[in-house]
Amino acid sequence: MGKVGIIGVGQSAFVRGYPGSIRELAFEGFKEAMEDAGIAAAEIDASIVCSAPEYDKQRSPAGVFAEYLGLIPQPTCYLESLCSSSSMGLRFAYSLVKSGLHDVVAVIGFQKMSEISSAESQERMGRGADIQWESPFGTMMPAYYAMYARGHMAKYGTTLEDLALIRVKAATYGQINEKAVYRKPVTFDMFSDPESPMSGPVASPLRVGDCCANADGSSCVIVANEEKAKALSRKPVWILGLGAASTSVNLAGRDLFSGLTVAQAAGEEAYKMAGVAPGDIDVAEVHDCFTIAEMMAYENLGFAKPGEGKELIKAKETYKEGSIPVNVDGGLLSKGHPIGATGGSQIRTIVLQLRGEAGEMQVKDPEIGLVHNIGGVGLYGNVSIFGR
Amino acid sequence: MGKKKKEVDDRFKRFGTVSFTSITKVNDFIDYLDQGKVMGTRCKECGLAFFPPRADCHNCFSSDMEWFEVSGTGRLVTYSRLQFAPIGFGDDLPYAIALLDYGDYKVFGRIAGDVPEDQIQVGMEMTTRPNTLPNGQLNYVFHKA
Repeated sequence: MGKVGIIGVGQSAFVRGYPGSIRELAFEGFKEAMEDAGIAAAEIDASIVCSAPEYDKQRSPAGVFAEYLGLIPQPTCYLESLCSSSSMGLRFAYSLVKSGLHDVVAVIGFQKMSEISSAESQERMGRGADIQWESPFGTMMPAYYAMYARGHMAKYGTTLEDLALIRVKAATYGQINEKAVYRKPVTFDMFSDPESPMSGPVASPLRVGDCCANADGSSCVIVANEEKAKALSRKPVWILGLGAASTSVNLAGRDLFSGLTVAQAAGEEAYKMAGVAPGDIDVAEVHDCFTIAEMMAYENLGFAKPGEGKELIKAKETYKEGSIPVNVDGGLLSKGHPIGATGGSQIRTIVLQLRGEAGEMQVKDPEIGLVHNIGGVGLYGNVSIFGR
Repeated sequence: MGKKKKEVDDRFKRFGTVSFTSITKVNDFIDYLDQGKVMGTRCKECGLAFFPPRADCHNCFSSDMEWFEVSGTGRLVTYSRLQFAPIGFGDDLPYAIALLDYGDYKVFGRIAGDVPEDQIQVGMEMTTRPNTLPNGQLNYVFHKA
């Protein structure tokens, strides 16, 4: 069996209040990926539809999308691992292609979060945690990640100012990403200005500026075997390494509160499979649903030693010109986080970077890229490594 | 003479401000809360202690469990004070969720509402006590030791 490549990537703009239905939203990311690949729907042998459940009235969206996108009578199914759904979709597409069962597989991620209110959305996301023993206390995503922020601060002396620097970096690139939902500039001083929405409290110690926004969006990644990839694509990007892990859903079953064990484990597995080390990564997309999540990602992926992530951002090493550019498309903090579409959007960014087609966001001549995508509160972790 | 309705043991619906579960094999947890006790389970086969309580041991596959009381003090591992709440929890604001480490097990819950924020410190010792919420539901909260 040969290599597995990516021959097409696409995403919709990530927006608030998408003016269409979920099948129409999915069409946008799919169309861009298919035009990028330059193939017809008949050449897709199977599709995997990825999102977090309970945002839509539509049950089993895979069949509806397959019909709308012209992907019948090929097999299709729905797959979810919360916020890392489409990275998990890539993992399953890889295995379908690697096994020889299919030649070309489409991974379609989507989420239309604006169907419900923000409070309802927090309730849905809170129920991605332990509904028997944690949700009855009134939990929500920002508060869980805030507990990790507090743990990181207590152990390493990380400060709110360190975290604000990550949001400032995200906004630097969000402003030049036409697909991002948040395109306004964010300055460091906004976090200490009580008049600025960035400084508003959400769940201590995290503030509004530390949190990504809900958004509607879709993404699509077309995966092919080596023969098809070489025949169909001018510049295939190869999947070099895949890692995935899970942990206890209830925080009571965990031991680490200054990092995510799933990211450590998935990272180690992906590095081993790809035969590369953290220092070999030229450009990375990490799951910055909150500023603290990017800080922990630096350390869990080995870009910095535990507790030293703050030095990376202070020295601007994760900016486009730095030693390890991270989220130079604005990340989830600026792009927005349409849960099921996020992983595919991260993969799209890395594929465009490795092809040298990232425009204003282009990092200088990258050869190896990495995607870190987390589901739930560090419940599921996927790390994927790509090369030219 | 109607058909006798099967009695459903849904005691767990009383847990928390909003409960999302009503039927579980560890429903006795609620009776213990009523009696003023916060209880976990321990596997009689291998001795593993579980909090939150479990009906089944993943270590040895036994379902032969005994209850033990969460007693003494636990160390505050981390916490967060919420200014926004998910739907159904708005009346409780502001409140803090937290995690205590008891050594053999950890306990996830809320910090008691009367503990001032400036007295909460990661690493402090706290106790876990049953609590009745304003809406009559039951949970447990952490107090300064």
